[in-house]
Amino acid sequence: MKKALAVGLAAAMAVSMTAPVYAEGEGVAKEDLKIGIIYIGDENEGYSAAHMAGIDEMVKNLGLEDSQVIEKTLIGENEACYDAAADLADQGCQIVFANSFGHETYILEAAGEYPEVQFCHATGTQAKASGLENMHNYFTNIYESRYVSGVVAGLKLNEMIEAGELTEDKAKMGYVGAFPYAEVISGYTSFYLGAKSVCPSVTMEVKYTNSWASFDLEKECADALISDGCVLISQHADTTGAPTACEAAGVPCVGYNIDMTSVAPNTALTSASIDWGVYYTYAVQSMIDGTPIDVDWCKGFSEGADKLTPLNENAVAEGTEEKVKEVEDSIIDGSLHVFDTSTFTVDGEEVTTYEKDGTEYVSDGYFHESEYASAPAFDLAIDGITSIVE
Amino acid sequence: MKKEPFLKMSRREKISWQKRLMIRIAALLLSLLVCAGVIFLLVRMNPFDVYKAIWDGALGSERRIWITIRDTMILLCIAIGLAPAFKMRFWNIGAEGQILVGGACAAAAMIYAGDKMPPVLLLVVMFVCSALGGMVWGMIPAVFKAYWNTNETLFTLMLNYVAMQIVTFCIVFWENPKGSNTVGIINQSTQAGWLPELFGQKYGWNVLIVLVFTVVMFIYLKYSKHGYEISVVGESENTARYAGIRVRKVIIRTMAISGAICGIAGFVIVSGASHTISTATADGRGFTAIIVAWLSKFNTFIMLAVSFGIVFMQQGAVQIATQYGLNENASDVILGIILFFLIGAEFFINYKVERAKK
Repeated sequence: MKKALAVGLAAAMAVSMTAPVYAEGEGVAKEDLKIGIIYIGDENEGYSAAHMAGIDEMVKNLGLEDSQVIEKTLIGENEACYDAAADLADQGCQIVFANSFGHETYILEAAGEYPEVQFCHATGTQAKASGLENMHNYFTNIYESRYVSGVVAGLKLNEMIEAGELTEDKAKMGYVGAFPYAEVISGYTSFYLGAKSVCPSVTMEVKYTNSWASFDLEKECADALISDGCVLISQHADTTGAPTACEAAGVPCVGYNIDMTSVAPNTALTSASIDWGVYYTYAVQSMIDGTPIDVDWCKGFSEGADKLTPLNENAVAEGTEEKVKEVEDSIIDGSLHVFDTSTFTVDGEEVTTYEKDGTEYVSDGYFHESEYASAPAFDLAIDGITSIVE
Repeated sequence: MKKEPFLKMSRREKISWQKRLMIRIAALLLSLLVCAGVIFLLVRMNPFDVYKAIWDGALGSERRIWITIRDTMILLCIAIGLAPAFKMRFWNIGAEGQILVGGACAAAAMIYAGDKMPPVLLLVVMFVCSALGGMVWGMIPAVFKAYWNTNETLFTLMLNYVAMQIVTFCIVFWENPKGSNTVGIINQSTQAGWLPELFGQKYGWNVLIVLVFTVVMFIYLKYSKHGYEISVVGESENTARYAGIRVRKVIIRTMAISGAICGIAGFVIVSGASHTISTATADGRGFTAIIVAWLSKFNTFIMLAVSFGIVFMQQGAVQIATQYGLNENASDVILGIILFFLIGAEFFINYKVERAKK
């Protein structure tokens, strides 16, 4: 018994001596920093590629060496994620990022085990409730760029109506969604509201692929929407499947994450995208300064965390650029709220209250999306959108 | 006049074990040499650096060693399950499905009974449920084969997809949070239904369970009457029938055992490693295990070595991907070359190649 205790103490001492130095108010020297990141995909998958670009940007902004970043790619949402996180901590990383929603419980597991390492999880929801000081969630106000991309779509619809290609009541958009839950619902609702703000008669049909990244499913889904009479397509899924279908059918489309003009040069209008570098720079800078990292970090246009990819001059309606600028400015100065409750109804009624996890989200005439938690919360089925869950 | 070929092949009568070992070692060395050449030609990197990274990835720290051991045990468990079926020449390529059904049974018990019974009882229930689930999944094609002579290759393969759909269906009820399509870690706070530590090792139970199977299956195949019946049925069903063996019974019984062990592999994955269930729970290991079983000629101890070799390469792959930015496919190339040489070596063990005499 005594011997076991001695061994245990010795082990504990060894661990505490080799543990990375990190204390509140006292940062990590820049050259001692080691950063780990866990990706669900690799450079061939749009979503992870966007995160990789963000990490590169952070390395450049802070003047770090490439060798200070350890990247693990193609890590699934299972024990492999925990293994990767623990392995990164073992290798001396002071901060570990993970980019997929399903990684969260495994990151929580590792965070409990390595209290001296900071763990940051993108798109997750559990950091605050976990009570762990070293667990953080981050996301961006992607609904802002979705709203603006919706404006681009709405202007395009107006142009088609004016040209006599369709009548106002036929202005139906299609949306290729991944899964029917808040992140996706919040995304397509903001896209729809953006379009509706310039084209009031618009309606939308949503179909799900039940997969984050499947080229074939997304392409099929877009084809199905087009044959259902949708005249413009957008997506919340990670591949180029939908724009590929749109280019073949000659239907305008709005992408996600990356510029889609490479596969849809004549039909891709723009894409709503995220600049993850803003967060990575912030989080790693906090490590250097020794300041705490936000439990829930969520920023948008005003900090440059969200953006639209360049407008495709071959496809967008005239005057789009000016209108986009105007809408972006009013989002940044706070005069425009994406989820303004006077602009939509649920079952014919205006929404006056919405409570989630004990927090009231509706006040001052708008739904305070992503203000109380970084992950999107809006999951109401608003009028004008038909969601088809198969 | 008949033209004599330059090289002449003849079947070896017998070959000493030393010679057999030498041929295999030579094949391994040759394969590493070819790999080195390929690595250098394709990416202009020092092959020894790459080999060292693979070694580091698999055995570079205590945690990595244990991960390698854990995954070796899971692959080995599946291969042990497949061995009796393949020895009987029953082409069970349905291990994926049997693992998934077993894993889903374990997960169901964890979710629905997690707080309703003491931990030890829960683990026993999970173990039994997984074994039964896998057994049923293995017996369905066996019964059809035994009575109506259906093609078991197609049947077991198709059942994999059925199992996948069942898991997808279950996830609809178990997903957390709703709509996310992932179950996440089950019973994260209570750890109910998780295999506990054994001898202070997180994966101690995994090792113990699988090693027991390794020994028992070795004896079962080699020294039991059942094992003998399996090999006779495998050689020739007519001979078996002539010898008074009830072929149908042997087929169904053997597949019940095979499926049950694969189901238990599902239990080991869910309860002892991932603590979740998804369609990727089996992760292709049901197919990899076929190679393991064949390369080892159904000797369970050799399976241990082969499983280790394959997992070693897979873990090394993760490391070369992070360290050198090589895609993980690079290690598949290396593993493919090594397997090619090792399987090729079997030819030189069975046949003698000589210069034709004038």
